[in-house]
Amino acid sequence: MATLTKYPTAPLKCWPKAKEIRQQYYKDYAEAHDRGGIRWSGGAWAFDAVPMGLGDDVHVMTGEPYAASIAWDRKFAQECQDATDAKGWARDLCSYMRIYWGSMYLNRFFFGGEFPKPDFYYQSQICCSHSKWDQEASLYEKVPYFCVDVCVGPYETLDESRLNYVVNQLHDSIAGMEKATGRKYDDEKLIAAVHNECRSTSLWAEICTLNKAVPAPLDEKTMFSLYVLATLQRSSKQVADYYEELRDEVKDRVARGIAAVPYERCRIITDTQPPWGFLKIYRYMEQFGVVSVGSVYTFGLEGIFAEQEDGSWGPRKTPQQLGIKIKNRDEALRVTADWNLSRPCWQHFYDPRIKTRMMLKMVNEWKLNGVILHLNRGCEGLTVGSMENRLGLIEAGVPVMTYEGNMADEKEFDERRTTSRIESFMETLGLKQIPEAAVAHAA
Amino acid sequence: MIEQFKEWYINRHAYAKQWKERTGGKVIGTFCTYVPEEILVAANMLPARILGSHEPQDVTEPHIFGMFCPFCRDSLAQGLKGRFNYLDGVVLAHSCIHFRQTFNSWRIHLPVEFAYYIPMPNTAQTPHAPAYHRAEVDKFKKAIEEYAGRPIAEQDLDRGIEILNRNRRLLRKAYEHRKLDNPPLTGEEAMYMAVTSQFIDKEEHSNLLEAVLKELPQRKLPRDAGIRLMAVGSENDDAEFFKMVENVGGTVVIDEQCAGSRYFWNESVPNGDRLAAIANRYLDRPACPVKDYPAHSRFQHVLNLAKDYRAQGAIIMQEKFCDPHEGDNPRLKKYLEENGIPTLSLEFDSTNPLGPFRIRVEAFLETIRGEELF
Ligand code: SF4
Ligand code: SF4
Repeated sequence: MATLTKYPTAPLKCWPKAKEIRQQYYKDYAEAHDRGGIRWSGGAWAFDAVPMGLGDDVHVMTGEPYAASIAWDRKFAQECQDATDAKGWARDLCSYMRIYWGSMYLNRFFFGGEFPKPDFYYQSQICCSHSKWDQEASLYEKVPYFCVDVCVGPYETLDESRLNYVVNQLHDSIAGMEKATGRKYDDEKLIAAVHNECRSTSLWAEICTLNKAVPAPLDEKTMFSLYVLATLQRSSKQVADYYEELRDEVKDRVARGIAAVPYERCRIITDTQPPWGFLKIYRYMEQFGVVSVGSVYTFGLEGIFAEQEDGSWGPRKTPQQLGIKIKNRDEALRVTADWNLSRPCWQHFYDPRIKTRMMLKMVNEWKLNGVILHLNRGCEGLTVGSMENRLGLIEAGVPVMTYEGNMADEKEFDERRTTSRIESFMETLGLKQIPEAAVAHAA
Repeated sequence: MIEQFKEWYINRHAYAKQWKERTGGKVIGTFCTYVPEEILVAANMLPARILGSHEPQDVTEPHIFGMFCPFCRDSLAQGLKGRFNYLDGVVLAHSCIHFRQTFNSWRIHLPVEFAYYIPMPNTAQTPHAPAYHRAEVDKFKKAIEEYAGRPIAEQDLDRGIEILNRNRRLLRKAYEHRKLDNPPLTGEEAMYMAVTSQFIDKEEHSNLLEAVLKELPQRKLPRDAGIRLMAVGSENDDAEFFKMVENVGGTVVIDEQCAGSRYFWNESVPNGDRLAAIANRYLDRPACPVKDYPAHSRFQHVLNLAKDYRAQGAIIMQEKFCDPHEGDNPRLKKYLEENGIPTLSLEFDSTNPLGPFRIRVEAFLETIRGEELF
């Protein structure tokens, strides 16, 4: 951290394409019915490959990224939350859920027009709010609701009966969707979607792994706009293809030494969703030469990782890479169940020590100097166990800072307080503001 | 005689220590009410539910962030303060994420010989839950056998099932008396009676229940029942609150809470496959909202209880930050009101402002009385 190096930087070439895909996604969802297509809504962790067997004109809108988009617009976010409060819901419930419900109650779609009513809700249940979110939404919209319980313990203890429990529910959900839509299910489409799901989430893990390079080719703030595609529809071919393009570009950046942050001299990771309306705290850290190279959240919300042959953390090999041919519906469902159950962000729900181990792996392999934990009042699902993660990291000698906030409710985030906490943390790390970085930032 | 339940409630730790000395058996802390206690009883162990103490505390902050429910923090505080230092083991059956933190911090920081997590279904309503849960109960049984160093025979399981079922039957019989115009026991007494069954040796508890049941028909309380109320919601064993309600003109005649009826309402139905009978019992019991979807199966049960016990109003007791109940309450409130049961919603912390609560309860009772006139 001693000498100041200025690394070359360059904008991501495939950045605009990510934006286009996202815009098209919401447009397709809104217009699906005009073209005789199907709409479903639910969670970003729902088994999104499964409804793909209903046809090529099936469009989804996952609730969390939709609410996160609204969170950027503080005024509308507040209106949505007020509408939810007015129905008697507690203010401390998941802020994404409150925003989603509010947009539904107000019958206002963030991207214009009325709130598009789905044909059914599809969810997986691991956080207490998942099942309740779509239970309420389906009752309000008077549409069917299918919920797949994935509470089978951590992946490292998965066995046949636990896997069967999930797979059997997936089979039932297909029968339910057929009934709800009157469509005949196509197993070939499911198989293709499962392959795409594995491809896109393994590719995202590969992209995150490329961030082990110094300087980091991507900063977390940029990654927020990229990982989101997997939260929208990881089983779509378009998303998987996009990640392939992105992987190649990031590889090229690493080869050419292109940095995300020009004065990188200190590397950290964060945790959970950031306060979306205040991403400038990341810019503030850059003035100290700090780059956040990711988090268990940005990496493992959708990225699927596995231990590599050399013991390091990297992308899990897809069935295709392993030469596995998926022959029928049951095999496809078994693959998607097993694949999703290995998701890094599902493990801490059972035991915080698993997440601490992941974080410590990141500290070593991504060459980190510290960790910043967001105690996120908006999301109990990802904040569960955070204090034990803090203790585990401290015990391992890793500098840790925490700050309180809320990913989507600005009332619960104190910008000044957070900035001054960051400043003190920078001091503990022996960092001072870099005048050149501050000038670049101001410009 | 009924006072013994209160005595046990207050001195639960002393009781458990004495039980250990007396029997030489193991005491296992249970987290939430989904742990299949039949297995523990079959292995001659004492299941003792981990509960809070309703005192202010400052020891959990490094372990559980303050946005999680006060009950899970208060419960962990009891462990960190050494009040459960007699526990040999701890078991959690998958419930809400809040309480899982209590279990995790406990097994990380407090020395116990045996710590076991049972990943039980949350979608209790799916037809695939029974097979999965049976397999998990079987694994749990094997883990207990290994820990105890001896197998659990079929006769042991039968005994475990019958001991639990007997206790459940007797509690329901005692609750029957609350249907009377002038119930011979108050809500506060019923609360002590029900919650102590969660940590007192079941046979001893049942023996006392039997004796109390003989007395109840003759028991007359020197008080007017006043407005008949139902207590519904999250974990609540706040005796001071019940006492206050019953001092201002109400009587809690029924509850739908995990410290009360949700814990004991149904029995294991023997069907030849003992483990399946145990597993199904926990899937079929009145659900905690965390396990109640896609349908709100709980709502009808709550309404039935309100009707059977002729509750004139329901107090919805909401533990602060409790997402599962917060995810049910607005619709539950509407449902009860549409069915003629007025409600009062109160938010609970581990220690509660009894003064403001009293004013709201009095106003609620007043409204109900007003409605009675017209
Ligand atoms: S609390 Fe967090 S994990 Fe749970 S539903 Fe909301 S965003 Fe998802
Ligand atoms: S169900 Fe509610 S009150 Fe009970 S432990 Fe969970 S969050 Fe707390």
